[in-house]
Amino acid sequence: MSQGSPEAGDRDLPPREDELWEAVADPSRRKVLDLILARGQATPTTLAAELPVTRQAVAKHLAVLARAGLVEARRDGREVRYTVRAERLDEAAQVMARAAQAMAEAAARWDRRLHAIKRLAEQQASTTPAQPPPGQQG
Amino acid sequence: MTANAIEKDILISAPAETVYRVITEPAQIARWFADAADLDPVPGGQGSLAFEDRATSQRMTVKLTVQAAEPPHRFAFRWDYPDGEQPREGNSLLVEFTLTAEGDSTRLRVTESGFAALNKPHEERVGYYEAHGKGWDAHLASLQDYVAGQS
Repeated sequence: MSQGSPEAGDRDLPPREDELWEAVADPSRRKVLDLILARGQATPTTLAAELPVTRQAVAKHLAVLARAGLVEARRDGREVRYTVRAERLDEAAQVMARAAQAMAEAAARWDRRLHAIKRLAEQQASTTPAQPPPGQQG
Repeated sequence: MTANAIEKDILISAPAETVYRVITEPAQIARWFADAADLDPVPGGQGSLAFEDRATSQRMTVKLTVQAAEPPHRFAFRWDYPDGEQPREGNSLLVEFTLTAEGDSTRLRVTESGFAALNKPHEERVGYYEAHGKGWDAHLASLQDYVAGQS
């Protein structure tokens, strides 16, 4: 992966990975990102015109995306124009890729573990004399 | 935060007390979770899980700390945090079990959360994995397309 300039002074607080994740985990925010990318740049007004949400909701999404460093705001007269920071999007994709893989693997492991727990507990329940053997649940 | 967590559940034909013992007693944990387990199942209790990689016969130990122990309803622990650090949000995975009676059976639900905050891939530290489930792949593909289109 090519890196841009290392931590420039304009980014006072490097966003954490979980902030990146939170920023892109929301489908509406991904839609906002999608639109900005499709157009190269966008204003809250043009985004709100294309999305089934209010301008205020768009502004909130943009604020979260900006905090995560995924979009950049630039004032242009009375409008604020947003562009996507591709290098941050790349980082977000990597964070998501790692987390998604870890989660898929964890989900498969927990499936196996739950089935093992079920077998153990049901064996123990059926060998307890006070209880009749449990029937299969539907 | 749901995107940062997995959730699974299963219906077990056994009383909650029995299920609770299976998920908290070290000798039983060694039968469904790790190859060996050592754990004091009380809040704040410390423990460890040992996993053996069958391919290489290498043994790996993972520490855990109990966050909640309310028999027979709830048991939670944090694990997979770096050596020398206290477990907290951001450096570990949180596993939470809840047990709910359903007739004569028990619904056992497990959630595991904190994946996004981990700095290293989970699978580097904990063995036994199989790729399975592709929930995020579509999102990732589109994100990566964006990036490719932008660079």
